[in-house]
Amino acid sequence: MEQKQSKLSILTRPLIAENPSLVLLLGTCPTLATTTSVINGMSMGLATTFVLACSNMAISLIRKIVPEKVRIPCYIVVIACFSTIVGMILEAFFPAIYSALGVFIALIVVNCIVLGRAEMFASKNGIVDSFLDGTGNGLGFTLALTLIGSFRELLGSGSLFGLRLIPASIPAIPIFTMAPGGFFAFGCAIAFVSFITRGKAPVRRDFDCGGCPMLGSCSGGCSENNDAKGAGVEA
Amino acid sequence: MTAIETTAAAPGMGEFFKTTLSILFTMIFVNNYILHRFLGICPFLGVSKKLDSAVGMSAAVIFVMVMASAITWPIQIYVLDANGIGYLQIAVFILVIAALVQLVEIICKRFVPPLYEALGVYLPLITTNCAILGVTVLNISDGLNFIYSIVNSLGAGLGFMMAMVLFAGVRERIEGCDPPKAFRGIPITLVSAAIMSIAFSGFTGVAAGIFGA
Repeated sequence: MEQKQSKLSILTRPLIAENPSLVLLLGTCPTLATTTSVINGMSMGLATTFVLACSNMAISLIRKIVPEKVRIPCYIVVIACFSTIVGMILEAFFPAIYSALGVFIALIVVNCIVLGRAEMFASKNGIVDSFLDGTGNGLGFTLALTLIGSFRELLGSGSLFGLRLIPASIPAIPIFTMAPGGFFAFGCAIAFVSFITRGKAPVRRDFDCGGCPMLGSCSGGCSENNDAKGAGVEA
Repeated sequence: MTAIETTAAAPGMGEFFKTTLSILFTMIFVNNYILHRFLGICPFLGVSKKLDSAVGMSAAVIFVMVMASAITWPIQIYVLDANGIGYLQIAVFILVIAALVQLVEIICKRFVPPLYEALGVYLPLITTNCAILGVTVLNISDGLNFIYSIVNSLGAGLGFMMAMVLFAGVRERIEGCDPPKAFRGIPITLVSAAIMSIAFSGFTGVAAGIFGA
């Protein structure tokens, strides 16, 4: 699937055309949970970017010495180390953000984008390419979270980055900062992306096993319609 | 992660049952992991198309959640915290969960084939299901004791199952609808999940009203 790409396209393709969140529909949990405000979404995106770039580099370095059979546990340990590091940094220097993101900092380790890039890219490519791929995917994720976050914060509390934009005389719609607004805003964002990229980009119409890092170890039980599509994406 | 209440049985059985019921009710209806906390969204959207696969997946999740909490809680308290290495929590928990899932799969395959046939295909996916790691981490950070941790994960699992089963019914109806082209597939599913989540936010405050907590 991966052909030889230029360094620039490795970095830029995940930003929009193959955006991990809005096009490939990976990492849905943090996308929904941490976008209650722009600043939360952006911090989550940047934290994930750090983990992605570092773990991709580390995994690319160890890819030749890790035995094939135990590679997934090894990758998970590497990713867990970097999630712990980013959690400690946030706790020490940005305690407000750390408590706002809560358990989702620890859950970066089970974010399928991170394990997915490790398995699909870093385990097959050199260190520079892996770093660029991790950074690109992380920034694409950050972009998506920032967009959804600004949409939700603007409608839900009438502000952006905590700065009030809509006058207080117009009531905000607080439900957008609560759980239902997350589902709604994410659904609309995906619909918007698939509307503007009609016919140009392969938008995933449904959840299948294409992007799932566990594909090799399971028989595709998570999705009923993966037989046709998943087989194509996997190779 | 630090303060652990260890006064479970002391105030008597009445108090214990009240707290247990209150935790279960809260976890199933109010703090539902899928609809309120956004944990385990991938299986929620991926496996909720058919009722029987939704039930199978949720049963596997409940099983692994309870087992994982029962194992990770003593590890955190007696191994990690006792030796001052609580910061290894994430790495240790995810490895324990991965090993546990493998072990459960092997044991089921060998000794309980019918259970393996029902749950087997879902088990490998559960390792990277954020609801499992989420519930184990939250049990510790909320300072629950051992029994309440298990009750808490049981409640989380049951809430997961309820959301999956209800949503499987909703999705069967969505299949027959004709939304605008850009909304077909996942977007319209997410919008319906939003409506379901609004319905569930009606439970906020109910638990406090019933249990006086």
